[in-house]
Amino acid sequence: MALLEVEALSRSFGGVHAVQDLSFEIEQGKIHSIIGPNGAGKTTVFNLITGLYRPSSGRVVFDGVEVTGYVPHELARRGMSRTFQNLQICFNMSAVENVMVGAHLRLDQGMLGSMLRIPTVARRDAECRDEARELMRFVGLDRYVGAAADSMPYGALKRLEIARALAARPKLLLLDEPAAGLNPTETHEIDALIQRIGDSGVTVVLVEHDMKLVMGISARILVLDYGRKLAEGSAQEVRGNPEVIAAYLGGSVEAGST
Amino acid sequence: MDRFRGLAVLALIIVVLPLALRNSYHYDVAIRIGMNATMVVGLNLLIGYAGQISLGHAGFFGLGAYASAILTSRYGWPPIAAMISGMAAVGVIAFVVARPILRLRGHYLAMATLGLGIIIYMVLVNESGWTGGNDGMNVKAFSIFGFSLANERAWYWVTGAVLLVAIVLARNIVDSPVGRALRAVHGSETAAQVAGIDTARYKVRVFVVSAVFASAVGSMMAHYVGFITPQVSSFFHSIELVTMVVVGGMASTYGAVLGAAILTMLPQLLSRFEGYEMIVFGLILMLTVIFLPRGLVPTIAARLRKSD
Ligand SMILES: Nc1ncnc2c1ncn2[C@@H]1O[C@H](COP(=O)(O)OP(=O)(O)O)[C@@H](O)[C@H]1O
Ligand SMILES: [Mg+2]
Repeated sequence: MALLEVEALSRSFGGVHAVQDLSFEIEQGKIHSIIGPNGAGKTTVFNLITGLYRPSSGRVVFDGVEVTGYVPHELARRGMSRTFQNLQICFNMSAVENVMVGAHLRLDQGMLGSMLRIPTVARRDAECRDEARELMRFVGLDRYVGAAADSMPYGALKRLEIARALAARPKLLLLDEPAAGLNPTETHEIDALIQRIGDSGVTVVLVEHDMKLVMGISARILVLDYGRKLAEGSAQEVRGNPEVIAAYLGGSVEAGST
Repeated sequence: MDRFRGLAVLALIIVVLPLALRNSYHYDVAIRIGMNATMVVGLNLLIGYAGQISLGHAGFFGLGAYASAILTSRYGWPPIAAMISGMAAVGVIAFVVARPILRLRGHYLAMATLGLGIIIYMVLVNESGWTGGNDGMNVKAFSIFGFSLANERAWYWVTGAVLLVAIVLARNIVDSPVGRALRAVHGSETAAQVAGIDTARYKVRVFVVSAVFASAVGSMMAHYVGFITPQVSSFFHSIELVTMVVVGGMASTYGAVLGAAILTMLPQLLSRFEGYEMIVFGLILMLTVIFLPRGLVPTIAARLRKSD
């Protein structure tokens, strides 16, 4: 069954057609990737799916419900979670607190209960802190468990975003270039991490330029170019597609797969 | 126990301070510090933690002050009932105006809250049938269960207790899922939304809470001073309050208390320069923003941590 269905989705900015008439499906429990050159519209697709942008036209169906035009926090409530290509970290908080923000919907949100610090709120919050620490270890941030967010290096912040997204216990996790700017060792670790997340039953959509990572991990790959679908299929199928090879200036898809 | 350390230190200061207070003028300054600090602790939730500026909070202070003045003197309400009604009414007003105003950001938010404060000020000036207009109005002494707060000493202890309670409430909010949501609104509104936080709703909630704090302190100040004019809701008063937040430290509860203490004492020390206080205020605000953008307490705390 498809967890996410995108139908004829379009979005333009002024004269720029960032996404045009795009349709695809994301199947439950698999790792999917969206690839394409810079400016192809990958991040815009994520922004449309997660409600940060409203589509110019088209539909988004998530978990059997049409959610076109829903605002981000409503989609989060339904089980959508994501990370950002350009980091969105709260530098006014500790690392653990950033992760705890991800668990917001599972916590008591009453103003009065918080103000009076009623025992159930305090207890649940303490549990949440422990879970957040656990998640930080899961994504490989053991040494930053007590750190302030603004003292962490770039690579660690990328993982922190993943931990925050996981804290929501999402059905669908959208990762926007999680390996960008990482060295080969770190990229390898992120690869393993995404695999573990997929194995835990979370449906993952990955936007990534590292072809080795993408080709190795993805059940299905969607290739975008100028906001349109260029190709779709398994790693094998996409790799052999002449149009894809042309769009990547011949060869870098191949090169990445070696 | 970390949560109570600052509170214990402040409580100790409040208990010991009377040893240094020689006369009723000293008590008066201490009481004003306490009241301003209470108000600024609330305002800091909005400005420091949630990152939303307000240049109109003196308006809510004024509404609380006049609610108490009018309900007690014209309708003979008990002061505590007037104060609570004022807080409720201000809460409702803040709730109604918050949603359209807090959709704005940055300069636009500053302008809109400034406008709100000015409107409240003008209403208090123009509705002179109720408020006495620019001539001001007298306010009865505060009394509860037949016990009247008549002298500075009594006010001192009440103000100190109210400040401590306000700090506990504010710290509880900050250190809760609600407080994290507010700080996330400041840190990255996009991240907050995607994490499921209805950011618009949280901005409204913290705006209402800070307005109710302001109203409560307005009521107390009205009874304590015994006479109010619309100046209590003036633009300059709003600026004073924001300066206290900024100087003491954004997103620092005890910073807010320190900011209130410094900027309440300052005009007293500068009374020889009558008429120039406002300039000194402006200068302090500028220097703080340029040299200590995070404010006193967070900057000092960071230094101490580094030297550990
Ligand atoms: N908020 C925006 N305003 C204007 N143009 C945008 C905006 N977001 C994306 N675009 C444009 O849409 C196109 C696709 O961008 P993007 O989705 O970021 O590509 P990718 O993530 O594949 O590199 C680009 O031409 C970009 O300039
Ligand atoms: Mg992108």
